Amino acid sequence: MDVIASISTLFLPLLVVLILLYALSKKTDAYGAFTEGGKEGIRLSISLLPFLLGMLVAINILRASGLLDAMNQALSPVLAFLSIPPDLISLLFIRPISGSASLGMLADLTATYGPEHFISRAASIIQGSTDTTLYVLTVYFGAVGIKKMGRALTIGLLADIAGMTIAILITIWYFS
Amino acid sequence: MVNLIWIAMIVVGIVYSMWNGTVSEVNTAMFDASTQAVELVIGFVAVFTFWLGMMEIANQSGLLDKLTKLTRPLLVKIFPELSPKDPALGFIMSNITANFFGLGNAATPFGLKAMSALQANNPNPHVPTRSMVTFLCLNTAALTLFPTTVISLRMTHGAIEPMDIVIPAFLATCCSCLVALTLDRIFYFFTIKKRRR
Repeated sequence: MDVIASISTLFLPLLVVLILLYALSKKTDAYGAFTEGGKEGIRLSISLLPFLLGMLVAINILRASGLLDAMNQALSPVLAFLSIPPDLISLLFIRPISGSASLGMLADLTATYGPEHFISRAASIIQGSTDTTLYVLTVYFGAVGIKKMGRALTIGLLADIAGMTIAILITIWYFS
Repeated sequence: MVNLIWIAMIVVGIVYSMWNGTVSEVNTAMFDASTQAVELVIGFVAVFTFWLGMMEIANQSGLLDKLTKLTRPLLVKIFPELSPKDPALGFIMSNITANFFGLGNAATPFGLKAMSALQANNPNPHVPTRSMVTFLCLNTAALTLFPTTVISLRMTHGAIEPMDIVIPAFLATCCSCLVALTLDRIFYFFTIKKRRR
């Protein structure tokens, strides 16, 4: 495991060195290329603002109104029937919608139950093995100005449901 | 569809807050979210400028081409619509690699470059192409070997072995990627059939 950890920390610095040395060997104008590419970074990130702002406002309104909590409560009998622990329900709900909110919930569950508990492990695996579908689609489609997400949203959400179910099953299997 | 979801989220949320007595919370939340978005974008400016700068060096020196050649056989199978010479492949490869090592910050700018490269060959710029959908399926399913934020969170909470979730999480993410790719194929062939009728 330590090997994976050090690969992960070393990856970016080594990548930078590789890019620069290769450019040097090919006599590329590295500094010129860097500033040229960087300019596009500014344009790209600023152009994302309206898309991100629109989505974040909608998500925050839903959360602050208390509707998300109410939906959790309404659905809890169904999920309890499927033997999903009630503490995980809010996380399952919020994971595809908001990355920061689900990370907050994971921190909360880890603090409440301790990091070795089944629920906090399952929550870690859910958080680590999925991504915030709505956010990814907003940012990626926003960058090219496409407003119709089409089947990408349906597939993303269906894959989330499958992925989170698999994550819980794998946690049960792996840690028992 | 996004249009309807967006309107519904806001309108239903505000109406519910009136009934639930949380209007003042919603008021604060709206403007907090706007500030949050601006802060997020400022963070993006820093990361994107750095990584797209680095990427441009790799692009001009030909390093990107070289690295892409290694992964081309696999990528062409996942993205059958792209020609093996498509410039998007290099960015797609960089995005997947960065995600794989849990480097979400570096992955996003590469992913956005991939999207612009795909959009450049899009005959109908308002509708996503097949390759874009496949690419985003891979991204939302998050093929990660090393979920960095989760591990650091477990470390701060004093886990005996914060890394013990790496293997099960990797198995889970592989499964969800397979599901996403399969669904993508099924949906694609389904829409093709519908169009032909």
